[in-house]
Amino acid sequence: MADFVSGFWNAWVMVLVFLSIGFCVFVLISNTTKRTSGPVGLHDHVWDETLQEYNNPLPRWWMYMFWITIIFAITYLTLYPGFGNNQGKLGWSSAGQWEAEQKAAAEKYGPIFAKYRGMDLNAVAADKEANAMGHRMFLTYCAQCHGADAKGAKGFPNLTDNDWLYGGEPETIKTTILEGRQGMMPPFGPALGADGVKDVANYVRSLSGLANDSLRAQRGKEIFTQNCVACHGPEGKGTPAVGAPNLTDKTWLYGSSEATIIETVTHGRTNRMPAWKDFLGEDKVHLLAGYVLSLSKNAAAPAEEKK
Amino acid sequence: MQSQTYNYKVVRQFAIMTVVWGIVGMLVGVIVAAQLVWPELNVAEWLHFGRLRPLHTNAVIFAFGGCALFATSYYCVQRTCHTRLFAPGLAAFTFWGWQLVILLAAISLPLGFTSGKEYAELEWPIDILITVVWVSYAVVFFGTIATRKTTHIYVANWFYGAFILTVALLHLVNSAEVPVTLTKSYSAYAGVQDAMIQWWYGHNAVGFFLTAGFLGMMYYFVPKQAGRPVYSYRLSVVHFWALIFTYMWAGPHHLHFTALPDWTQSVGMVFSLILLAPSWGGMINGIMTLSGAWHKLRTDPILKFLITSLSFYGMSTFEGPMMSIKTVNALSHYTDWTVGHVHSGALGWVAMVSIGAMYYLIPRMYGKTEMYSTKLITAHFWIATIGIVLYIASMWISGVMQGLMWRATNPDGTLTYSFVEAVKASYPFWTIRVLGGVLFLTGMLIMFYNMVKTIAGQKAYEAPVLAPAGAHA
Repeated sequence: MADFVSGFWNAWVMVLVFLSIGFCVFVLISNTTKRTSGPVGLHDHVWDETLQEYNNPLPRWWMYMFWITIIFAITYLTLYPGFGNNQGKLGWSSAGQWEAEQKAAAEKYGPIFAKYRGMDLNAVAADKEANAMGHRMFLTYCAQCHGADAKGAKGFPNLTDNDWLYGGEPETIKTTILEGRQGMMPPFGPALGADGVKDVANYVRSLSGLANDSLRAQRGKEIFTQNCVACHGPEGKGTPAVGAPNLTDKTWLYGSSEATIIETVTHGRTNRMPAWKDFLGEDKVHLLAGYVLSLSKNAAAPAEEKK
Repeated sequence: MQSQTYNYKVVRQFAIMTVVWGIVGMLVGVIVAAQLVWPELNVAEWLHFGRLRPLHTNAVIFAFGGCALFATSYYCVQRTCHTRLFAPGLAAFTFWGWQLVILLAAISLPLGFTSGKEYAELEWPIDILITVVWVSYAVVFFGTIATRKTTHIYVANWFYGAFILTVALLHLVNSAEVPVTLTKSYSAYAGVQDAMIQWWYGHNAVGFFLTAGFLGMMYYFVPKQAGRPVYSYRLSVVHFWALIFTYMWAGPHHLHFTALPDWTQSVGMVFSLILLAPSWGGMINGIMTLSGAWHKLRTDPILKFLITSLSFYGMSTFEGPMMSIKTVNALSHYTDWTVGHVHSGALGWVAMVSIGAMYYLIPRMYGKTEMYSTKLITAHFWIATIGIVLYIASMWISGVMQGLMWRATNPDGTLTYSFVEAVKASYPFWTIRVLGGVLFLTGMLIMFYNMVKTIAGQKAYEAPVLAPAGAHA
C-alpha cells in the first residue's frame, strides 16, 4: 500500500533522504585531509582574549565510524522500506511480520488449547493443567478488573462467590466471555424525585434484611412495584436473562449502603464486560470459562458444608 | 568605546535563576520519584504524579536548562563578539517574560491545564508568550552577532544560533492548536500525524535545546576553563553541519512499532544511527581540548564537571542510536531504560555542563574569578556523580528487567508475568532512583549555599568591553 497521497510526496521524501545522506558524505569527503606529521596549525583568530582553535584533522577512527553508519543506512534503505515508496529488496513490512508471527504462534500454540475444545466445561474446570493455563490467561486479560484473586471490586463482579448476574451455567459463563455483556440500570432520579428514590432504597435494603426506615420502605414498596419489577421481578430476585441482579441476597456489585443505592437508583448504572471472541478465539475462551467456573466451585464447597 | 561595558545584568539574573529553578525542578523530580515508590504520597489532585511529572520535565528543561542557556549565550555572544548585548530592553524582557512563562507553568500544570503534548504541555496563551519571548531572544542574539567587532563568528555562537532558530521552528509547528477556551485547545493535527509532529518536536527538543544549545555552552566554557585552544576547527565544522542536518530526521524512533508508516520508522532509525558520529564529534572536540592540560582535572572541580558532562554526553549519544535500532527498541521501549537514558543525558550532560558553566560565570558577575568555596564545588561534583550513577544504573536494570518480563512467555504461549508483577519487581530500583535523585538535589543545595556566600556583600559588576585581538587575517 502506498503511504503517499501523490507521487510528489514520494519524490519529495526520496530527494530529502538522498540530500541528507549525500550531505554527510560531502562534508566527510571535503574535510578528509592527507595524513601529515609535524605541528598542527593554530588558527590566528582570537576571541575574548584566549579563545583559539587548532585545526587538527578529523580523527581517523571517528571518520570510519561515520562511514560505517552511512553505509549501513544506504544498505538498510535498500533492503527495507524507507526510500520513498520503495518497499526494499527483502519485501519486509511490519504488517507482514505481524501476520507471520501470528500465524507461527497459532501453529505452535493453537493445538495446546485446541485439545480441550471438545471437553465438557465441567471437566475443563476439574482439569489441573487446563486450569493452570486458564489461570495464566486470567492474570493477563481479566485481573485488571476482576482482581488477581478474582474477587472483583466495586462495579466488577466477584467471580468466586457462586452468585451470577447472567447465570452460572457453564455455557452461559462462556457466552459472557465470548460476547461480553452490557449491563444497564436506567436512571430513576428524574421520575421518582429525591424522596421517592430514598423510599425505594429503603425498601431494597429491607429485601435483604438490612436496617431500614420501615415507613419509607412501605412507601418504597409501592414505587418498586410500579417501576422495578419488570427487571428485578416482583420479589426482587432479579432476572439473569437481562443481568438484573437479585436484590434479596448479600451480594452487591456497587455496595449496599443507603447512599450507594440512592446513587444507583438516581443515576442508573452502565457496565460493560468486553467481548473476547475476536481477540482470544474460542479455544482460549473455553479454557478461561473452565477456570472461572472452577473458582466458584472451589469456593462454594466449604460454604455448602456449613449448611 | 573604552568606557562601554558588557551587559552582565541579564546574565546575572538568568544565572541566579538557573540555580533556583534547578533546585525547584529537581525537587519536583524527587517527589514524583518518591510517589512511584510510595503511592500514598499522591495526596491531592494538584500534587498527583500525573500533574507533577510534566511540571518536573518543564521545570528542569525549560526553567533550569532554559535559564542556563539564556545566561551563557548572552555572556558568550557579547564577549566573543566584543560588543555590548544588542537591544538591552528586549534582553531584559526575555528575562522577565521567561520567568513569567515558568511561573504560569508552575501554576497551570498542577491545576490540570494541559495540551497533552509531552514537553509542550503548556496551553495556548502561554505558547504565545513563549513565542514572543523567543523572537525577542533571537533579535537580541542575532543582533549582537550582526554588530560584532570580529570578522569571524566563534563556534559556540553557531550552536547557540542553531538552537535558537530551530527551537522557534519546533515550537511554532508543534504548538499549532485550535483554542476552545482560554485554558483549553486542541492540536491542529490528528492521529498518527499528530504523533509524528509531536515526536519530531520531542526529539529535536533533545537535539537542539538539550544538545546544540549546550554544545554552544561547552565550546565557550571548556576552552576557557582549560586555558587551551579548541582541539579542531575542522571537526567543529563537520560535526556542526552533520548534526543539524541529521537530527531533524530522528523523531520517528519514538514511534517504532506503531501506526506510523514503515518508511518513516526506517528513516528515523537510520538517521539516528548516522547521528552517532556527529554527536561524538562534539565530545571529542571538548575532551581533546584538554590534551596537554589533563593535570588540571585533578585540582579543578569545574573542569571535572565539564569533562564528566562530556563523558556522559558521549555515553548517552551512543546509547540513543543503539536504542533507536528496532530490535533493541522492541526491548527498551516503554521501560525504565528510556527514563535512565534521558537522565544520563539530562543529569550527566545538561545539568553537569550547566553547573560547571555557572561556577565559572557566577563569580565573574561580581568581579571575582572564584566561587566562595572550591571545596564545596568538589563535594558537589562527587555527590552529583554518585547520584547520577545510582539513578541510571538502577534504571538500566529495572528497564531491561521490565522488557524481559513483559515478553517472557510460557510453553503454552501465555505471558509468564502479569503487568503488575513487573511493577512489583521494579520497586527496589525505584527506591534506588529516589536516593540518586536526593543526592543530585543535595548537590544543588550545596551549590545554592556556595552561590549565596559568593554573592553576599558583593557589588554587581560589569566588565569593560574588550577590543578584539588585532590579527584578523
